[in-house]
Amino acid sequence: MTTTTPSAIGQPLDRVDGRPKVTGHARYSAEIPVPDTAYAYVVGSRIAAGRVTDIDVSAARAEEGVLAVLTHRNLPRIAEQPPLIPSLAGTAAPGQTFFPMQDDTVHYAGQQIAVVIADTWERAQHAARLVRVSYAESTPVTTLDQGRDDTYVPEKIFGGWIPGRIERGDVAAGLAEADVLVDGTFTYAANNHNPIEPACTTAQWEGDELLLYDTTQGVNATQMTVSRLLGLPMSKIRVMGHYVGGSFGCKAMIHAHSALAAMAAREVGRPVKLVLTREQMFTSVGHREEQEQHLTMGATRDGRLTAIRHHKLSPTSHFDDWAEPSIGVSSEIYACPNYEGVYRLFRANTMTPTFMRAPGEASGMYALECSMDELAHELGMDPVELRLRNYTDVDAMSGRPWSSSGQRECYERGARRFGWAGRDPRPGTRREGNWLIGTGMAAACYPVAPPANPQRARARLYADGTAVVQAATPDFGTGVATVMTQVAAEGLGVSVDRCRFENGDTDLPNIAAAVGSAGAGMISAAVHAAATGLREQLIKRAVTDPRSPLHGADTVDVVVRDGVMIAGTATDAYTELLQRNFQPDAEASGQWSPPSGDVPYGMMTFGAQFAEVAVDAELGLVRVRRMTGAFAPGRVLNARTARSQLTGGMLWGLGQALLEANYMNPDTGRWVNSNLGEYLVAVNADAPDVDVELIEVEDSIVNPLGVKGVGEIGQVGAAAAIANAVHHATGRRVRKLPITIEDLL
Amino acid sequence: MSARGPALTERGAALEERGPGPVRVRLSVNGTEHTLDIEPRVSLLDALRERLDLTGAKKGCDQGTCGACTVWVDGRRVLACLTLAMTCEGREVTTVEGLAGEGELHEMQRAFIAEDAFQCGFCTPGQIMSAVALIEEGHAGNDAEIKEWMSGNICRCAAYPHIRAAIRAVRDRA
Repeated sequence: MTTTTPSAIGQPLDRVDGRPKVTGHARYSAEIPVPDTAYAYVVGSRIAAGRVTDIDVSAARAEEGVLAVLTHRNLPRIAEQPPLIPSLAGTAAPGQTFFPMQDDTVHYAGQQIAVVIADTWERAQHAARLVRVSYAESTPVTTLDQGRDDTYVPEKIFGGWIPGRIERGDVAAGLAEADVLVDGTFTYAANNHNPIEPACTTAQWEGDELLLYDTTQGVNATQMTVSRLLGLPMSKIRVMGHYVGGSFGCKAMIHAHSALAAMAAREVGRPVKLVLTREQMFTSVGHREEQEQHLTMGATRDGRLTAIRHHKLSPTSHFDDWAEPSIGVSSEIYACPNYEGVYRLFRANTMTPTFMRAPGEASGMYALECSMDELAHELGMDPVELRLRNYTDVDAMSGRPWSSSGQRECYERGARRFGWAGRDPRPGTRREGNWLIGTGMAAACYPVAPPANPQRARARLYADGTAVVQAATPDFGTGVATVMTQVAAEGLGVSVDRCRFENGDTDLPNIAAAVGSAGAGMISAAVHAAATGLREQLIKRAVTDPRSPLHGADTVDVVVRDGVMIAGTATDAYTELLQRNFQPDAEASGQWSPPSGDVPYGMMTFGAQFAEVAVDAELGLVRVRRMTGAFAPGRVLNARTARSQLTGGMLWGLGQALLEANYMNPDTGRWVNSNLGEYLVAVNADAPDVDVELIEVEDSIVNPLGVKGVGEIGQVGAAAAIANAVHHATGRRVRKLPITIEDLL
Repeated sequence: MSARGPALTERGAALEERGPGPVRVRLSVNGTEHTLDIEPRVSLLDALRERLDLTGAKKGCDQGTCGACTVWVDGRRVLACLTLAMTCEGREVTTVEGLAGEGELHEMQRAFIAEDAFQCGFCTPGQIMSAVALIEEGHAGNDAEIKEWMSGNICRCAAYPHIRAAIRAVRDRA
C-alpha cells in the first residue's frame, strides 16, 4: 500500500535513515573516507587559572609520524572573534567569545593549549602526552561558594537575548497579602550533554577552499563561524554533516575545535581529523552550569498565586554573560499579578556554559513545580487542581493570549492515563515491602522560538515521478529527514516512497541551526513552501498546456493525489505532463519568512508530567517505576518520531533528577568525574516504560504548519514530578539535583 | 617480564616479541581475511574504523564505558576499544556490517526499525550486537533481565523502552 496524500503528515512512518543506521552504513562526520588524513589530538590545560610560562614540544615533535605541534606560539591569530549570538539567529555562532591559543592566558581547566598532528591517531595521542607545559598558576574560582560574594546582575544574558532582571507588579506587596508562603533554595549540579558521538571536525583544503565534515546542529552556523574566525569568504567554505550522533545542545554553537581542525590542516598540508576525547567533551563544548535558584511564592487560602520571586545564581566565564534562562517560564505560565526574576552571575574559571536540552526550562521548572507541589501540600489541595486554579489564557508576563495552549487537556488526559484520581495525598502512606511508594506531577512548558531569518528549501520533481527535496539542516536524531519527507510528499501530492529529503550540506538551501525545538517548525515551513510552490507551478503548466486534459481548468479546482492532478473527471499525471513536454524535471524554491517585529501572541508548548517512584526505606535507593507525559506540541508531523523524542526527553528528566552531575574540585578548579563511568546518565536498567500522550492543538500563528516542536518539552517538569513523588513517598522535600542516596538516608 | 610472555597467553604457545613499531597482523573480520601493518597499541576499534573502513562499530568513549564499540570476537561480545587488534589474530571478528548478508537485514535490525529503537543511531550498532548476543546468551527472559544485561550500552537519546520492545519482539519470534 502506498501512502497517499494528504495524509502523509502525522503518519508514524519508519525513519527514512533507519536502514543505514542499523546496518552501520550511515557515515557520521568522523567516518567519511578522506585520503591521506592526518589526526589531531588536543592538549588541554591542567590548571584552571594562570599562564603558560613554557611549552616544550621538542619530545613530541621528535616522535615518528608527528607532523606538527601547534601552540599559542605558532598558531596563526584568528581574523576576528564574532560575538556570541544563539545559532537560531542564523549568524556566526561561536560557543564563547574567547578563542584558545591566541596568547598564554589560561581561563579554565581543559582549555586547548596545544594541538598535535600526526599520521596516525595512536601517534598523535602518544605525542600529546610528551608535550611539557609549565604554568604560573593562580587561585581558581569555580564553585558557587567561591563566587557568591562577588556577583553582579548582568544587563543581558544568553547572548544578549534575555534581560538580567524582569518584574511586574509589586512582589513585596503580593507576598505580604498571601495567606501561605513557600520558600526554597534549589541547587543544581553542572550537567554535560554527552552525546555518544564526540564532537569532531575533519578539515580538507583544496587550494584556498575549505571542506569541513562537522558534528553540528547547523552546517550553516559552522560555515559562518569558521568564515569569520579564519577570514575566509563564505563562498570558499562548504560544511557537511549528514549524520550527527546526538547533540542535545553541545553542537548547537560552534566551538573552537572546528576552526582548529581547519588551521591544523592548513599547517600540515593534509586533511586533518580532530575528534575530541570523551574527557575533552566535558571542557570543550559547553555545559549546563552549576546553579542555585531561590524561589518564593505566596498564595491565598483558595490557592491563587499572589506573587513569585525567582532568583538565580550561577558562574559564567570571564568573557561572556551567560546563564541558561531558568527564570523565563516561571514568569509566564501562571496567573500571578506580581513577579520578580533576577539573574546573578559571577566570573569563574570556566568556559562559557551553553544550551543543554531545555536550557533554563528544565532547571527553572524544577524550582517552580516543586514549589507548587509544596504549596498544594500546605493548602491541602490536589496538585493538579492547584495548577488549574492558576491557569492563564495569556502569557502572564506579556499579557498576550497564547497562540494555542492545550494545557488543561494535558493535565486531564495525563492524569487519567496515569491513574492520578483518588490519590491519597499524605506522604509516606504507601508501602510495598521495603519500598515506599509515591506519585508526583508537574507542569511542562517550553517556549516556541521562531528563527530570525528566512528559511529556505528546494523541491525538484523528475519526469519519472520521483522527487528530491533539499534543505541544509543536519539530522542529529530528531527524525527531521523522515518528517520532511512526509511534509514534502504531502505538499507535492506524491507518496512518501517517491520522495527523498536531502540534507546536511551548506550547498543546499540555507536553514538556521535546528535548536530550541524550532527545527521542525521552521524547516517544515520552508519545505512546505518549496513543495507547494512546485505543485502550483506544475498545475499552472497543465492548465495552460493545450495537450493536457486539464487545459483551461481553474487552478483552484485542481487537486493532486499520488502524483496525478485531478480536476473533476479530468486527470493529468506529473510524469505525463513533463514527458509530453520533453522536460526532464521541474524545480521550485521555497522560503518562509518568520513574522518580523512583535507577534501579538504568547507562544508556548505545554504538557504535564506524572511519575511514580519507589524509595528503599533503609537504603535510600530511588527507582522510577513509571512515567506518563501528556504534551500538546501543536501539529505532530510523525507520531512515532515525536513519541520517541518525548520519551527520550522524559528519561533525560529522570537522569537530571537522580543521576547527572559533574563535580568540581574547588581547589584545582578541575572537574572530578569527566567520563561516562562516573558521570552517570540513565542506562537501560534505570529507564522505566514511558507513556506518552500526544494532544494535537491547532496553531495558525507559530508557523505555517502549526508545529511547536518536541525536542525539549519532554524533559521539562520531569525532574520535578520525580522529586514530588519522592516527597510523596518519604515526606522528604529534596531541593537539590540530582537527588542521591545520601539525601534520603 | 614481558606482558606478552608465553605464561600469560591463553593458548600457551610461545609468541614472538613484536613491536613496538608496525607489525603484520592478520585479522578475520566478517569472514574476510585482512592483513594490516599496525603498531601493537592499535585497538581493534581503531583497526576496524581507521584501517579497514568498517565504521559500524562506534567510538563513543574509548574507555570501555559506553558500549558503542561492541563487536563479537569468536561470537562473544567485547568492547573493541579495550581490545588490542593483534590479540584477535586467529579469531573471528564480527561487526554490525557482518550481521546479515549483503543487502539483507538481521531480524534484530528489522525490529529496531519497526520499534523505533534509536534516534541519532550512533549507539545503535553496539546495541544491536549486544541485543543479538543477549538472546543467544539466554539473558532476555524478562524485562528485568534485558534491562540489566543491556545496561553496558548507553543510548543517550534514551530509546531504552523501544530497545527492550525490539528485543522482546525478536525473542518471542524465536
